[in-house]
Amino acid sequence: MSKYSREQVMDTISSVMSKVEGEQAESLRHVRDELAALAKTIEDMHTEILATRSHDVSDIHIPTATDELDAVVGATEQASAKIMDSAEVIQGLADQADEKLKAALMDETTKIFEACSFQDITGQRITKVVKTLRDIEGSVGNLLHLFGGKPVDFQPLEDTRDEDEKLKNGPQLEGQGVSQDDIDKLF
Amino acid sequence: MNTNMKVLIVDDYNTMLRIIRNLLQQIGFKDITEAADGEEALEKFNADDFGLVISDWNMEPMSGYDLLKSIRAGNKNASVPFIMITAESKTENVIKAKQAGVSNYIVKPFNAETLKGKIESVL
Repeated sequence: MSKYSREQVMDTISSVMSKVEGEQAESLRHVRDELAALAKTIEDMHTEILATRSHDVSDIHIPTATDELDAVVGATEQASAKIMDSAEVIQGLADQADEKLKAALMDETTKIFEACSFQDITGQRITKVVKTLRDIEGSVGNLLHLFGGKPVDFQPLEDTRDEDEKLKNGPQLEGQGVSQDDIDKLF
Repeated sequence: MNTNMKVLIVDDYNTMLRIIRNLLQQIGFKDITEAADGEEALEKFNADDFGLVISDWNMEPMSGYDLLKSIRAGNKNASVPFIMITAESKTENVIKAKQAGVSNYIVKPFNAETLKGKIESVL
């Protein structure tokens, strides 16, 4: 977060301009013109940011996006539960089959259970995205505050987690983590 | 492999608890207890006599890593076989877990064969 508000920057510019007012030197006139242009740019940015309803980003859009993502996690969990319910029914029915068919059914239902782990992985990935969106929400709030929008709660963006917490990063993207084979070599 | 022992499985995702439970049952384990985070797991661990702990890492308020350290530092059954099953696949995580005394480490997603192999290696 900047130490200076838009009003403070504008006051500083006005102060500098008043000090160079009356000076005849061409270089000072040039400085005054540049400062006037800078002041106009800041005012224009302020007007444009307010006109684009930037508060909607932090007040509506990001909260809506995070709610939707939370709903995705809930829906996939429910779907996974139904799939596993069916797999368990099949496992129960397999007990009534002959040994060969039973083995085949158990193999297939095991694959179903293994595949359902997608819900855990996608859930963790979505949680990471939600956290990122909340960080962006904080940045947008800080930016709006800087440009004279309505005051917002300051949210520190630096990583304040302790060393153990920093080990909790969730699933890695392809090529960023180590494989099970690599892990096995450590044991 | 002795499958009569009590197994404690820990994960904050119901889906994963159910997957691990089902795979363990297929291996032959019958006495399986579930916990949703490290705190609940530690409470259950101290109240019973488990022969194997299988835990996720990334949970709140107490992680699987903290659970591992607490069990190893405790007075009860401190050397119980402890398998971490997690999406945390950075080398740093594996090394930290190993230094804390983890018995084996499985990265998600995993299959039944991997789980069975790791259990056999620690029991």
